Amino acid sequence: MDTSLQTESLLHTGTTFFPEGVGPFASSMDSLFYFIFWGSVIIFVPLILVSIYFLIAYRRKRENQLATKQMTHSTFLELAWTVPPTILVLIVFVWGFKGFLHMSVAPLNSQEIHVSGKKWFWEFSYPNGNKGIGELVVPVDTPVTLLMTSEDVIHSFFVPNFRIKRDVLPNRYTKLWFEADKVGNYQVFCTEYCGDGHSAMLAVVRVLSAEDYEDWLAEANSGDDLPLDKLGEKLYTSKACATCHSTDGTSRVGPTWKSLFGSKKAFVGGGTATVDENYIHESIVNPGAKVVAGFDNVMPTYAGSLNDREISALIAYIKTLQ
Amino acid sequence: MSQVALNYLNATKGLKSWFCTLDHKRIGIMYLICIAVAFGLGGFFALALRLELISPKEILFTAKQYNQLFTLHGAVMVFLFIVPSIPASLGNFLLPLQLGAKDVAFPRLNLTSWYVYVFGALFCVYSMVAGAVDTGWTFYTPYSIDSATSVISMTLGAFILGFSSILTGVNFIVTIHKMRAPGLTWFRLPLMVWALYATSIIQVLATPVLAITLLLLVLERTMGIGIFNPALGGDPVLFQHFFWFYSHPAVYIMILPAMGIMSELVTTFCRKDIFGYKMIAFSSLAIAIISFLVWGHHLFVSGQSDYAAMIFSLLTYLVAIPSAVKVFNWVATMYRGSIQIKAPFLYFLGFMFLFCIGGFTGVMLGALSLDVHLHDTYFVVAHFHYVMMGGTVMAFIGGLHYWWPKMFGRMYNETLALIAWAFVMLGFNMVFFTQFILGSKGMPRRYYSYLDQFQPLHAFSTVGSWVLAVGFILMAFYLIDSLLNGKKAPSNPWGAMTLEWQTQSPPITENFLETPVVTHGPYDFGMEKQS
Amino acid sequence: MSMLVNKPHHVAHHFASEAQEFESARLGMWVFLVQELLFFGALFVAYGIFRWWHPQMFIEAHHYLSWKMGAFNTVVLIASSFTMVMAIRSAQVNERKPLISYLLLTLLFAGVFLGVKYIEYMEKIHHGLLPGHFFSAQGVSEYLHLFFGIYFTMTGLHGLHILVGMGLLVWLLVRAIRGEFHSEFYTPLEMVGLYWHFVDLVWIFLFPLLYLIG
Repeated sequence: MDTSLQTESLLHTGTTFFPEGVGPFASSMDSLFYFIFWGSVIIFVPLILVSIYFLIAYRRKRENQLATKQMTHSTFLELAWTVPPTILVLIVFVWGFKGFLHMSVAPLNSQEIHVSGKKWFWEFSYPNGNKGIGELVVPVDTPVTLLMTSEDVIHSFFVPNFRIKRDVLPNRYTKLWFEADKVGNYQVFCTEYCGDGHSAMLAVVRVLSAEDYEDWLAEANSGDDLPLDKLGEKLYTSKACATCHSTDGTSRVGPTWKSLFGSKKAFVGGGTATVDENYIHESIVNPGAKVVAGFDNVMPTYAGSLNDREISALIAYIKTLQ
Repeated sequence: MSQVALNYLNATKGLKSWFCTLDHKRIGIMYLICIAVAFGLGGFFALALRLELISPKEILFTAKQYNQLFTLHGAVMVFLFIVPSIPASLGNFLLPLQLGAKDVAFPRLNLTSWYVYVFGALFCVYSMVAGAVDTGWTFYTPYSIDSATSVISMTLGAFILGFSSILTGVNFIVTIHKMRAPGLTWFRLPLMVWALYATSIIQVLATPVLAITLLLLVLERTMGIGIFNPALGGDPVLFQHFFWFYSHPAVYIMILPAMGIMSELVTTFCRKDIFGYKMIAFSSLAIAIISFLVWGHHLFVSGQSDYAAMIFSLLTYLVAIPSAVKVFNWVATMYRGSIQIKAPFLYFLGFMFLFCIGGFTGVMLGALSLDVHLHDTYFVVAHFHYVMMGGTVMAFIGGLHYWWPKMFGRMYNETLALIAWAFVMLGFNMVFFTQFILGSKGMPRRYYSYLDQFQPLHAFSTVGSWVLAVGFILMAFYLIDSLLNGKKAPSNPWGAMTLEWQTQSPPITENFLETPVVTHGPYDFGMEKQS
Repeated sequence: MSMLVNKPHHVAHHFASEAQEFESARLGMWVFLVQELLFFGALFVAYGIFRWWHPQMFIEAHHYLSWKMGAFNTVVLIASSFTMVMAIRSAQVNERKPLISYLLLTLLFAGVFLGVKYIEYMEKIHHGLLPGHFFSAQGVSEYLHLFFGIYFTMTGLHGLHILVGMGLLVWLLVRAIRGEFHSEFYTPLEMVGLYWHFVDLVWIFLFPLLYLIG
């Protein structure tokens, strides 16, 4: 998987069933899980033991052996195994509902970040106008509200460490909030099936300390000092090009970038062209215009997501991949 | 060999006598064959999926092929296998026998249902060869509107299969109301019949909503009417509501008949009257009714209103209670019985074990806050496999072993059955228990690739799928072998009380030499002592 | 009428009596109709939701429909329900000629209904009021095509049910001419009658909901 940042391990942190919990929802949710878990064990194990006892004690030893007692009902027993489970599940219900309400009402002072899901990457727009792909940067101990929408099909935004998830719908906004209380890099998954790149539609939440966050804000537009082809190489992973385009010649969802520049391509619906600067620019801004034969028209437009310098940087980078 | 008695299998000969038959037993056998083929096909897709998932890298399939595989696995298993499995095969065979009737109320309609099923299956097969659909079996819009694969043929296939299901449901309801033998009052019905009755009600009430939904999806793709398409002002979440209005009750179409089989198995192999007959019968009906009101628990993270979510969660817990009551009743039935551990009873025990785990994890998923974390992860995948496969498939296989001597007049090899059961139980838990942990740790479902840290658990799960496959292959072997070499079965090998055991094995074409008159309950083992 | 010979009816082998056979058929038909109700029910729900979201658009859209043609068709269908009932009654009292005439009349009314529907559809097509991709009309409200998507789906499926009903009526007609229906046996007549009334009933809901909004 091409993620530039190493995230905290989900499997090797936390408890047996849960990854390490970060933020306000984890503790209540994990306790509820283990409440149900141990409640189930307390019911399940005796049930199995009793069944095994019955199997041994009442095993048929002679072919014509009959049951020693016929019993068709017992009001006491039936009440005993109907009423307590009902009370238990009602407790679980109230507990779950409270937690759910907590998750659905964001604090008023939260910082708002727009999230856009596209096949197959996440784009984040910050209040100061900055945009980022595949990486959500937030300060620690600050409530953050994500205002999310999709450009194409339904996606779903899931951060296991935060215990949050919400569908991301086209033509509609959905909300999600969290407050990270620990610095670190946390894994984001798309959890609503969205096509070929679904399992590659990942992102990272970078939770920074207050000072680091200030630094990040200050250098957010850095990259100006990088040479174009180096910037392009950086953008290749940070803007999620790598999800669909390889640089080693293997074919993914889109054509590989290796030896792309200067090659001759045939297009869906006829026509051919040599790949030059103009073609690459067009393919980034208006990907559906000329789709290389053998591939589907699935790439979203990057118009507005990349500035001119960044597009030039990508072109420069592709030129180096001969 | 002695002369084989005249029975429904040898009464008439030739392919035509099968394809034009009106005999519910033959139609049941024809369904059984189709369903077994569908199960094999779906299982094959499952093995391919698990093989690809042994590593996060590409092994055999591309991402697109993987997506097509899990879609076909789901669609085949749901629409072609598990929905019709028990009602259409065992149900068709048994219902008139257990009612003491000569046939179902509408034999021609019954045969029509089978042809409709085959016709729908052909559409599904066409979809597989003509660019295999990749939307997931749920066909969520707008992805299914845009997908370049053969969505329409699979959708039409499911649409047509739905009508087969509806017609079977209509047929069963009328049969149970009107075709009962003299003296067979409602509370003398075997619990299998009650279960089939509740199932049929859901089939009739829920399936048409799926039908219209799928039809609208077809219109969406062909004409773009826009109801589900956000680009045209429609609402993709409406599709989810419509879809789950069918597909949640459909879960009970799958599990209720399985519960019916459980009641038959536990009474026969314990020689006991069932504990809490009325509770079990009415809980089937209660489940059937409440099941229509819980569909929203599939949409807790879709953005529906918090109050809707609250009500759906509460109702979800209410529907869990009758299922729990049934489990307790079955255990109570074992008390002071005369318990004989044969293959069908092994599957009864397997069901109890796996279904309980499925149920408890269901309680976790029904909790609103927990569902936010667990939704669309492997935890859900594991949960519904514990319920559907650990529940329905275990019961189906248990029932198949139980009624096998009645259906074919042959006994199978009991030792091999025990070995196969052990493989199935071990393999199943290896595959799916692992997935509970994967899921709650954060592994999303329908992922072609995954984080490297998950690989050991995925690999373990894949190895489990091979153990499971060995169990099923062994089962297929000894069951087919029994048809050729099996010992001849007596008319009542298990000493059961219900009516189907009071005619010869296999039964004659019109089931009973003379219409039976019923004078006692279905599990009245206490009578034997007195007489 | 006595000069016409009635064909005796044979009870199917798996039924104990004629009464059991009749009761089974009737229950089966009712259960089937419940299924039909749910089938259309989902469409009514979709209608309700979109009307709730776009009330102005629905009011504008219904002006493109001719309430006069709709009302005429309503009367035609109600009349056909009446002739259907009369056909069953004629069988019950062993009057074969009126039976055949009433069936023919029902068939005729059904044909008239579809004829009017055809004229309405052609008009919509002419004005570009087709659903989805084919929609080309210019309206004031946004999403006008949604109404016509729903309109064509609902009336189209209803029309399909009328067409199926006409097929069943022809089948009844053939059997009636053969003399298979009489006071002893008229189950198929009664069953198709139930179906026919259901199809009418659906129209009785469709008419005000689609034609008489606002």
